[in-house]
Amino acid sequence: MPMYNFKKITVVPTAKDMINIMLSKTQRKTPTVIHKHYKISRIRSFYMRKVRFTQQNFHERLSLIIQEFPKLENVHPFYADLMNTLYDKDHYKIALGQINQARHLIDNVGKEYVRLLKFGDSLYRCKLLKKAALGRMVTIMKKQASNLVYLEQIRQHLSRLPTIDPYTRTVILCGFPNVGKSSFLNKITRADVEVHSYAFTTKSLYVGHTDYKYLRWQIIDTPGVLDHPLEERNIIEMQAITALAHLRAAILYFIDVSERCGYSIEQQIKLYENIKPLFMNKPLMVVCNKTDIVPLSELSQENKEALSIFEKHSVPILSMSTMTDEGIMEVKQTACDSLLTYRIENKVHAKKIDNILNRLHLAVPQERDGKERPPFIPEKVIEKRQHENLLTIKRILEKELEEQLGDDYILDLKKNYDLSDEYKYDKIPEFWEGHNVADFIDPAIFKKLEELEQEEKLREEAGFYSVPKLEIDETLMEIRSLARKIRERKSIMRQESRIVKQSCKPVIPRTAPARVRERSVSNFRNKMEDLGVSMEGTDNAHFTRTRGRVRSLSVSSGKSRSASRPVKKIKIDMENRSASRSQSRPPRNESGIKDIIMKNKLKKVAHKAIAKKVKKQGLKGEADRFIGVKKPKHLFSGKRGIGKTSRR
Amino acid sequence: MRIDTCYFCSSKMYPGHGMHFVRNDCKVFKFCRSKCMKAFKKKKNPRKVRWTKAYRKIVGKELSVDPAFEFEKRRNTPIKYDREFWQKSLEAIKRIEEIKNKRQETFIMQRLRKGRELEQKRDIHEVQRDMSLIKSPATGLREKLMLEQEVIEEIHESDNEMELIPEEN
Repeated sequence: MPMYNFKKITVVPTAKDMINIMLSKTQRKTPTVIHKHYKISRIRSFYMRKVRFTQQNFHERLSLIIQEFPKLENVHPFYADLMNTLYDKDHYKIALGQINQARHLIDNVGKEYVRLLKFGDSLYRCKLLKKAALGRMVTIMKKQASNLVYLEQIRQHLSRLPTIDPYTRTVILCGFPNVGKSSFLNKITRADVEVHSYAFTTKSLYVGHTDYKYLRWQIIDTPGVLDHPLEERNIIEMQAITALAHLRAAILYFIDVSERCGYSIEQQIKLYENIKPLFMNKPLMVVCNKTDIVPLSELSQENKEALSIFEKHSVPILSMSTMTDEGIMEVKQTACDSLLTYRIENKVHAKKIDNILNRLHLAVPQERDGKERPPFIPEKVIEKRQHENLLTIKRILEKELEEQLGDDYILDLKKNYDLSDEYKYDKIPEFWEGHNVADFIDPAIFKKLEELEQEEKLREEAGFYSVPKLEIDETLMEIRSLARKIRERKSIMRQESRIVKQSCKPVIPRTAPARVRERSVSNFRNKMEDLGVSMEGTDNAHFTRTRGRVRSLSVSSGKSRSASRPVKKIKIDMENRSASRSQSRPPRNESGIKDIIMKNKLKKVAHKAIAKKVKKQGLKGEADRFIGVKKPKHLFSGKRGIGKTSRR
Repeated sequence: MRIDTCYFCSSKMYPGHGMHFVRNDCKVFKFCRSKCMKAFKKKKNPRKVRWTKAYRKIVGKELSVDPAFEFEKRRNTPIKYDREFWQKSLEAIKRIEEIKNKRQETFIMQRLRKGRELEQKRDIHEVQRDMSLIKSPATGLREKLMLEQEVIEEIHESDNEMELIPEEN
């Protein structure tokens, strides 16, 4: 089954455009440079090519037009008839025929001039021949101008026709103008057809699609039909007639019961009678519309009788109102159902039914025995179903409660707790002295505690906790204090020895005082007394006889040590010095100098002497510029990455 | 709400205190104060840092294994509230804590006792060995000598007297 799609027909250019296209194409696609000194065969073929090329292009273009426009013989009779009413069959056919003829003529012209070109003897003549050939082709095309314009119009109109598939499930709506066909279409499909209160709002066929029983249904809205002979019908009405005549579809004949459309029920029934032949062998329904204004029951007796004609013809009458949506779905369903049964019946009667039946198999399981096997439903479920209606106590929602109580409402989430009522509002302790109570909560806590208690009891009995206190009696206290003293003493000794160890190293500067020897008589005495030895009556003991440093003065006693010093040193602050400090040798520049005055004087003398010497001999003096090292190695060797030669 | 324990020092963290660190594997580390947080960031091991509870337990400064510790635990089994059970439990908690504290205290006391004993021993040893540092062994030797001499002299004198008296008599 071919699908009819007239939207893909290529644009038909006007004659002028067509000529321009063709000539410029020839110019573009064929060689353009030729000279008279070229070989004559080359010149001929050059122009022959041009002529042939143009002819071919014309041929192709015109055949495309002829091919693409539908041929009335080949399309579905519905479309053929529709096109006849819309575009006039004769005119259409003549236009296409003339185009065909023009194509033929152009072919002939081309052939003829190619033949003539074979005898062209110069470039000039050949050129003229080509010019003549193209000129004649163009003239032929110019004559077709009106046809081309007509075809372009048809193309545009065709492309805007609704795509009606004549083979699918179709429902056609028909009736007088302004009875509510389009509004019904708008109700049941997504089509957006214009609806107005005047007649002939719908001027052409409209298609909408709807779903019913998981199938796609095509609903065709037709323009209104007036009641007069076929010959007098205009194009708009004729479209409706073609659709009714050629499509195998369910037909809904709309009757405006309220007579608001301007036609009485009688007239509408008359029209029905007139176009009845078109409804032959098709499922037909009469739809009484606008029942919201005048319900069927309130019709006058005459009208009721008039409507009873349909019952005689066994045509179902349905009532609906597109205003109130009343009965719309019923109309749709009955129409669809009747069409479906009609189509199935048709199929059953057709020859192909055997093919389909061969492929079908309906499996019916055989009964094993006469036992009933109803589906099992638990008793509880049945019970519940029975009581369901009784037991539906509506829960009071928190929101409703809030609305009821207003400002007194307090959000209480505790009431929903899954606890017994007395516990619900308990304050559950969380912490106890820095412990989480929840961590202790354990079903086995008491059992474990009991065990722990028993263990504790055993421990107490075993005297685990009764640790005897360490008893400290007086002797121990004494020992402790003694031990402390000993430790103190030890630490002092340790520190002293450390100091001594440090000062054992050789003294580098001669001026620094040497280590003092702490071994002395008085020291010894003190120490011994500290240790508890009485030193009474030891004035003349052996250890008092010390030996002086200078042999000559060894006679003098230890007490007058300062007096026994050699006199070679400056007496600067002898008096302030403690006797215990040792005296090292004096520095060399001080040796042999009596006192400070002498020292200063000597300094001056020395200075003068040096200056004199320098002056006399031109020697380098203190004030002269002095450069220690002329070229310090570190400044002059290696790469100068950082710094300069003068300073780095 | 919960009183958490610090990851580092195991001290208590009351609600509203401390910091939480959530590692990218969803493990949550809780720290009682910046000191602990900083130590953690420095990758210190709480078992090796001396001021933490973990260290003290590991090196045996505090009681670490005891059935009394088995009571306070985070249990992930929900238990329905029952007033009586809760009340009794609270009493039990008090008793448990009492026992626990007692045991911990005795543990520490016993540990410290050993030190005292050692100290005494050391004192005695010190005194026995190094007494000479504070008291010379020669102390009083001379007095003794003097006394002896005096005694001898006296004896001599008394002898003389004894001899003399009868003469006088």
